[in-house]
Amino acid sequence: MVERRPLLQAAAHLVLILGVLIVAFPVWLAIVASTHPQEAFQTGLIPVWPGSHAVENYSAMLGQGLSNLGAPPLGGMLWNSLVMALVIACGKIAISITSAFAIVYFRFRFRMLAFWCIFITLMLPVEVRILPTFKVAADLRMLNSYAGLTIPLIASATATFLFRQVFLTIPDELMEAARIDGAGPMRFFTDILIPLSRTNIAALFVILFIYGWNQYLWPLLITTDEGYYTIVAGIKRMAEAVDAIPVWNYVMAAAVLAMLPPVAVVILMQRVFVKGLIETEK
Amino acid sequence: MKRAVFRNRLLPWVLLAPQLAVTFVFFLWPAAQAGWQSFLREDAFGLKTTFVGLANYSRLLDDGEYLNAVGVTAVFSVSVAVLGMSVALLLALAVDRMVTTARGYTTLLVWPYAVAPAIAGLLWWFIFNPTIGLMPHVLGLMGIDWDHSLNGNQAMILVVIAAAWKQISYNFLFFVAGLQSIPASLREAAAIDGAGPFRRFLTITFPLLAPTSFFLLVVNTVYALFDTFPVIDATTEGGPAQATNILVYKVYVDGFLGLNLGSSAAQSVVLMAVVVALTVVQFRYVERRVEY
Amino acid sequence: MATIALQDLGKTYAGGAPAVSGVSLDIADGEFVVLVGPSGCGKSTLLRMIAGLETITTGQVRIGSRVVNDLEPAERDIAMVFQNYALYPHMTVRQNLAYGLKNRRMAGAEIDRRVAEAAAILEIAPYLDRKPRQLSGGQRQRVAMGRAIVREPAAFLFDEPLSNLDAKLRVTMRGEIRQLQRRLGTTSVYVTHDQVEAMTLADRLVVLNKGRVEQIGAPLEVYRQPATVFVAGFIGAPAMNLLNAAREGGAVVLGGQALAVAAPPGAGPVVLGLRAEDLHPASPGTPGALDLAVTHVEELGAQRLVHGHVAGQPLVAAVTADLALADRLALGLNPRAAHLFDATSGRRLA
Repeated sequence: MVERRPLLQAAAHLVLILGVLIVAFPVWLAIVASTHPQEAFQTGLIPVWPGSHAVENYSAMLGQGLSNLGAPPLGGMLWNSLVMALVIACGKIAISITSAFAIVYFRFRFRMLAFWCIFITLMLPVEVRILPTFKVAADLRMLNSYAGLTIPLIASATATFLFRQVFLTIPDELMEAARIDGAGPMRFFTDILIPLSRTNIAALFVILFIYGWNQYLWPLLITTDEGYYTIVAGIKRMAEAVDAIPVWNYVMAAAVLAMLPPVAVVILMQRVFVKGLIETEK
Repeated sequence: MKRAVFRNRLLPWVLLAPQLAVTFVFFLWPAAQAGWQSFLREDAFGLKTTFVGLANYSRLLDDGEYLNAVGVTAVFSVSVAVLGMSVALLLALAVDRMVTTARGYTTLLVWPYAVAPAIAGLLWWFIFNPTIGLMPHVLGLMGIDWDHSLNGNQAMILVVIAAAWKQISYNFLFFVAGLQSIPASLREAAAIDGAGPFRRFLTITFPLLAPTSFFLLVVNTVYALFDTFPVIDATTEGGPAQATNILVYKVYVDGFLGLNLGSSAAQSVVLMAVVVALTVVQFRYVERRVEY
Repeated sequence: MATIALQDLGKTYAGGAPAVSGVSLDIADGEFVVLVGPSGCGKSTLLRMIAGLETITTGQVRIGSRVVNDLEPAERDIAMVFQNYALYPHMTVRQNLAYGLKNRRMAGAEIDRRVAEAAAILEIAPYLDRKPRQLSGGQRQRVAMGRAIVREPAAFLFDEPLSNLDAKLRVTMRGEIRQLQRRLGTTSVYVTHDQVEAMTLADRLVVLNKGRVEQIGAPLEVYRQPATVFVAGFIGAPAMNLLNAAREGGAVVLGGQALAVAAPPGAGPVVLGLRAEDLHPASPGTPGALDLAVTHVEELGAQRLVHGHVAGQPLVAAVTADLALADRLALGLNPRAAHLFDATSGRRLA
């Protein structure tokens, strides 16, 4: 609709600019803090303009960490986070797409029971069943391992539903044509269904990568060996030290590094991510 | 429902096996354990376990700390949802007016979705740090004395801001999608009928956004109830004096730190019941939307 | 190339009425058979039973010398053209054509040869590297045909392949399908609800109603000698006028007036079928003429259709465009063009 209301338009721009600033404000301060020497936080006010110690702070965190405060070098934690996020994202996609395929394209006894079993996981967030789940992982000797970090989080009702929804919109005739063309179930799955779900897989990957990267409570509980710390959970251990020694420059450098990969993924894949997010929740 | 299906009998189970195995071992079994545990009580040394029926639940009702946590959770959830949604709606309405710059603004507004709640908590904790933080300084100039480690209300404000900040981008995206799904012809018709932009918002846009708003209300409630654990843990750890001890945080504290297994399990079960109720609400609403 | 034989074929869905029952049909090698009927008559189900996409409840399907009841669709040596084309959207035209051959582990050179040949026949060679969404409706239709042709199957099965096209293109493609089938000589079974399409394409028509065969025959035979009231009303446009009448003293009586149509022996009410084009204007008062109370007129250019009532029953007559029209129109009829059906059984009388 073409409408000329310059005042309203200006107000809208103002709201958006303010919004962008508010949203960016805490991160700006974090970036600024990560570029100052430790002395900047001894007294008075936190700096609001960048300083000159960026290289020192980041290389110190990546190389040595805060060993005296119980934080290993960030390099290893970033690697652990990357492994965790990738395994969770790929694993969730893999087991959900096969589950959805089974539920949509086959008729078998207890099909609805299987469906409800997966559905019910939607209602059991890890936070509410944290103790018994921890106990299971401990009994299975999964503490301090990549398996323990990832496998318990890998079931996904949301992803299964999304793929189910996608498959239901694929015309029946496509499967019939494939059957007449001599394709069995698995060939149909790999040749037709997976290529047709490509954009959904990409969108889901972004969402699940962020989910995996940002896990907090579970890695905090399941890892006691610092070789398996992830960065988001590790920061908590660092921040606890800050009250004693104000190493804000290092903590904020770690925070910036912890934000960078998922934020980069969202910005780089914005189009597919936005579309996928809206569809996932439908 | 597919008209034609493959006939294999074994293959679907093979395809479902990984998902079902993880679901059983890490979801259903622990949930059942929590349910069973909620009827038991262990003595202080973990030597003797007795079946106590609903005693753990009835104790919760008499537990001042628990009732306090219920109240804190209610205030926290409502505040997070209202703050996060109203800011997001305002931004979405503004972006909806933009033609060429909409995408650019969206990019600048969506990225906090990717920030971990724990990091969000940490960032705001830094800003509000009583000794060196920027906000206490500014508030001090206005005569407000800020120390969230002593003042419970201030601690609540801090966690609400941190939790809502992270959620703005999510709400924003859904409001934008909701606005775009309103047919332009409706607003054009209202414009021809002589309704100005504010009147159009009140009489056309806002009512038609109701489904989106309701959906977001449920999602934000779930978020505030469960996903904000890291925000609390990274900032106030439930304090000062239980002022920010939301239910999901209390389950963890009582179970993991206090080792009060029976009570923690009973709290888990109560929370699961809340999620079930919210999920049912959400799905009934989804069904209705399909009809609409 | 092969014959197809259906023997007492039936299909009942769990907890439902029979969708198809008692269908027997022998299709000769190279014959073009059209299954026609209104929606829900079971024609698509019947086709899909031949294809192997629906299980068979009773009876037998033979393709060539083999009973194929328990064979997978891919093992039946048939190719199918679907209503919505069912082209694989992520594959190019070439990949769409080659997919079925690749699954059969055919040698690459042979695949290339067959794809090139089919592309030449259908004139789709310039589009071989495009995706289906880059093609027009007609082009997609050709690709769907191409996918059937490359297989060189024993039979083509068509499931309303033209119903997604606009009217003009439908006529063109109809002609092309018929020519192509003649040229390749492949046995074909074609499903449509459009009786014009059925008439123009078929060597033989199978008219289906409520899962049962009403009539099997060459198009003109079905048109001239409809076996039942249902077929009479379904085949031909405008639809045949069907009037409830009685028989008295050896003549057909409509609204108390004896017509110049001899009634076959027997008693009980009859249905008199008269095609609009078999009615012609007569001078008023001609004995045995129908007195039409005109309600409205449809101009078709070369002719006009006059709608009205005779003895309280609706009737349409086709007249030449230069006829002057009044409120009433006397219509003469050719006794030999009258069709008579038993009112209770719906079967043709004589």
